[in-house]
Amino acid sequence: MTPEVLTLSSTPLLFTVAMLVKVVVAFVVTLLIVAYATWVERKVIGRMQTRMGPTMTGPKGLLQPIADGLKLFFKEDIIPAKAHRFAFVLAPMMILAPAFISISVIPFGGDFQFTYNGILYTVPLQITDLNIGVLFILAMASLGVYGIVLAGLASNSKYSLLGGIRCTAQMISYELAAGLSIIAVFMLSETLSLRGIVIAQQGPLWGLDSLSFIPNWYIFSQPLAFGLFLIGSMAEINRTPFDLPEAETELVSGFCTEYSSMKYALFFMAEYANMITVSAIGATLFFGGWGGPFYGWINFLIKVFACMFFFIWIRATFPRLRYDQLMTLGWKIMLPLALANIVFTGVAVLLWQ
Amino acid sequence: MEAILFYLTALVSIVAAFFVTKCRNPVNSALCLVTTFLCLAVFYVMLEAPFMAAIQIMVYAGAIMVLIVFVIMLLNLGSAIKCRYTHGLLGGGLLAVLMLFLTNRMIENGQATATGGEVTSELIKSYGHTELIGRAMFTDFLLPFEIASVLLLVAIVGAVVLSKRNV
Repeated sequence: MTPEVLTLSSTPLLFTVAMLVKVVVAFVVTLLIVAYATWVERKVIGRMQTRMGPTMTGPKGLLQPIADGLKLFFKEDIIPAKAHRFAFVLAPMMILAPAFISISVIPFGGDFQFTYNGILYTVPLQITDLNIGVLFILAMASLGVYGIVLAGLASNSKYSLLGGIRCTAQMISYELAAGLSIIAVFMLSETLSLRGIVIAQQGPLWGLDSLSFIPNWYIFSQPLAFGLFLIGSMAEINRTPFDLPEAETELVSGFCTEYSSMKYALFFMAEYANMITVSAIGATLFFGGWGGPFYGWINFLIKVFACMFFFIWIRATFPRLRYDQLMTLGWKIMLPLALANIVFTGVAVLLWQ
Repeated sequence: MEAILFYLTALVSIVAAFFVTKCRNPVNSALCLVTTFLCLAVFYVMLEAPFMAAIQIMVYAGAIMVLIVFVIMLLNLGSAIKCRYTHGLLGGGLLAVLMLFLTNRMIENGQATATGGEVTSELIKSYGHTELIGRAMFTDFLLPFEIASVLLLVAIVGAVVLSKRNV
């Protein structure tokens, strides 16, 4: 019996319920990971710097994120008198929304099958499978910069403005390199749909049976693209060593200097939500998505957590770049490398595929 | 359903476009222009052109508008142009009404929108919009595409020469 795919026209009620469940689960799980990513980050960095990290709230400090959230929630919400009120309130939302929207096109598992009234239905574990998935993610990433720009502009403070200017320049430069590195991936997969890219990564490496112990993940065929994507996306989400927009030693707190209470918390949530999104994109594009030894979504979560751990590790290891080094790296090294990678991949695809 | 969505988006885009010209603070104008671009992206999706929608957001909302906002920030224009402009309103309004009449006439005569042609919704569904655009651009329209790329390259080189005189 071939399973029936849920669609809006054939089974409207079941489709709506399945869709709502997927949306709610994806949103709640992302929020939970955001909350506990802060705890993991403090613990891991603490250990790496031979400290303990949070220990006092709850067993092993596990209630620390909740305590932080409550504390920030009850703080006074201050809007500076000379700030541009509308943009000032809009900015934290503008930075958080694109990060969460990008989650909607990421496939977090294979097909889920269930029977209802004796008919076998199949649901793809993905909120929506756009056939321009990769472009959608790039578009959302480019919208993310508005939050920081508006925060810098609306605060009416020198430090915020400088942070905003730095961030705009940085994000425009690194978006190019990260976007161009992804092009090499979908030249190999010949589809823009993220689900299609994951399916193209199943099976042994390059379809050779002698290499069946290595999966056909694009990190093996596109190591350069993976490196460029990793550095580019790290710069795009302003993680250390690219956290110049909020460099504490120079700019107090950068673009979020004037923010307080929940608005400040939203900026922090956005940083971690962006980290999750970038890790999920990396896991989908380069690590075969849900493919692997365990059941579907468990593989995916393991890969996402591994990527996030890597970002935290980097933060504990590298010092911040100088501004001119940042621009030189972006424009003079990463952009030419990404272009060369596309040309090389094109030749390789013509020859062997 | 689709008609309601269309009219809602159209309303938002027209109101936003009006406020682009009406706002006194350049930051507000920039925000309104971004809203207009997002509405245009929604129109592209409704016209079954998802690739165009994504490019619209990436290029216009994501790159060009960010650069404009960047210039506003760098030059700190926030307080400099806070005076009221009214002299262009009448001319602009007249032009808009004339354009409305002209478009209406052209749509009625069938000159503006091609109703026939080989690209149909079924073809887009089975083949993919991105693939169709790519194939057309690199086979039938290769020469215009290359001419446009050379033009852009000239513009980039020109910008570098003008801004860095002593390299």
